[in-house]
Amino acid sequence: MDISFALTGKGYVIVAADTTAARSIVKMKTDEDKIKVLSPHLLMAFSGEPGDTLQFAEYVERNIRLYQIRNTYALRPPSAASWIRRSLADSLRSRRPYAVNLLIGGYDTSTSTPHLYWVDYLGTLSPVPFGAHGYGSYFGLSLLDRYHDPEATLEEGLDTLRRCIDEVSKRLVVSPGKYKVKIVDKDGVREIEL
Amino acid sequence: MSIMEYNGGSVIAMVGKDCVAIASDLRLGNQALGIASDFEKIFPMTDRVYLGLPGLATDVTTLREQFRYRLNMYTIKEEREIEPETFAHLVSSTLYERRFGPYFIEPVMAGLQRLPNGGYKPFIAATDLIGCINFAKDFVVAGTASSKLFGVAEGLWEPDLEPEDLFETIAQTLLNAVDRDAYSGWGAVVHVITKDKAIKRVLKGRMD
Repeated sequence: MDISFALTGKGYVIVAADTTAARSIVKMKTDEDKIKVLSPHLLMAFSGEPGDTLQFAEYVERNIRLYQIRNTYALRPPSAASWIRRSLADSLRSRRPYAVNLLIGGYDTSTSTPHLYWVDYLGTLSPVPFGAHGYGSYFGLSLLDRYHDPEATLEEGLDTLRRCIDEVSKRLVVSPGKYKVKIVDKDGVREIEL
Repeated sequence: MSIMEYNGGSVIAMVGKDCVAIASDLRLGNQALGIASDFEKIFPMTDRVYLGLPGLATDVTTLREQFRYRLNMYTIKEEREIEPETFAHLVSSTLYERRFGPYFIEPVMAGLQRLPNGGYKPFIAATDLIGCINFAKDFVVAGTASSKLFGVAEGLWEPDLEPEDLFETIAQTLLNAVDRDAYSGWGAVVHVITKDKAIKRVLKGRMD
């Protein structure tokens, strides 16, 4: 039921995820943060099996942090995404695999480029200009096909994100009410109100 | 729902006159939902050996990393690059290692085999997901559009095509076959390998 969107623009990546934690037909919580800040320039939206999601996200968070402490510099987005993908791919063929889908957004400070990766629980990784997970993908992706512009300013990018969220609110039977939106650019990570 | 058809995608390889070609589509999907239209499935292993990996996308990446490692080890140990035929057996044994919990990939290989007289012989091969090798003299196909590729290739392929004609043949075979398959398509990429160069061409295709 989790919905997450992410899109790149000129020098930034926007990552958005709904904030509801549901169990069966009951909303347990409406302010859950499903976007982890992995490093100063790296974000990860996670969704999937409750329990697995947070467990895996924290595992990733701490390993990325460990790398940073050991090497004094952070992993760049492509390397971080590869490591996370490998963790999921190895987990898939273990006794109890993690069922977690991810959108990894980062800003590479050495090349000054935004990066976005679409990753699913099988360990499928694909660099994408925009991506979505959950029911939101059925409504959002076609809108993003039409309106996404890799050269768009932040405000234009947020407008495109609003279109996606509004469409989900309008058409999805069980649409979530609130979203958390985080942005990563040259200045690092920040959260904004939509 | 078959796991082999979960992400979609197809690869084909053909033999020409002193050249080979290998081509694939560019779609990455989740069943019927399209995720990316730039997902490459063909990777150069050496300058003269190319490997196509259609099947489950997670295993495409895993196997590509695995083969990069094994090929580097081979090159260091032997102090030379691998020959296509040897590489086919490396692919086969790598897959058979996972006989009872396989990678869901049906690899296709194309390359030029070095002869003792200094010339090159075209080589193509494909294996199933547990590594049973199919050495073919004309063309090999794999992926979700394999049945359609067989039909079109059977009609268009002819022996001893020159590199440019081989490119046209493999490109048209792939493009027309994937248009009849919902899980393949969204653009294509063709590699033509000759003794002194390998040409890569990215093709536009129907985006539906």
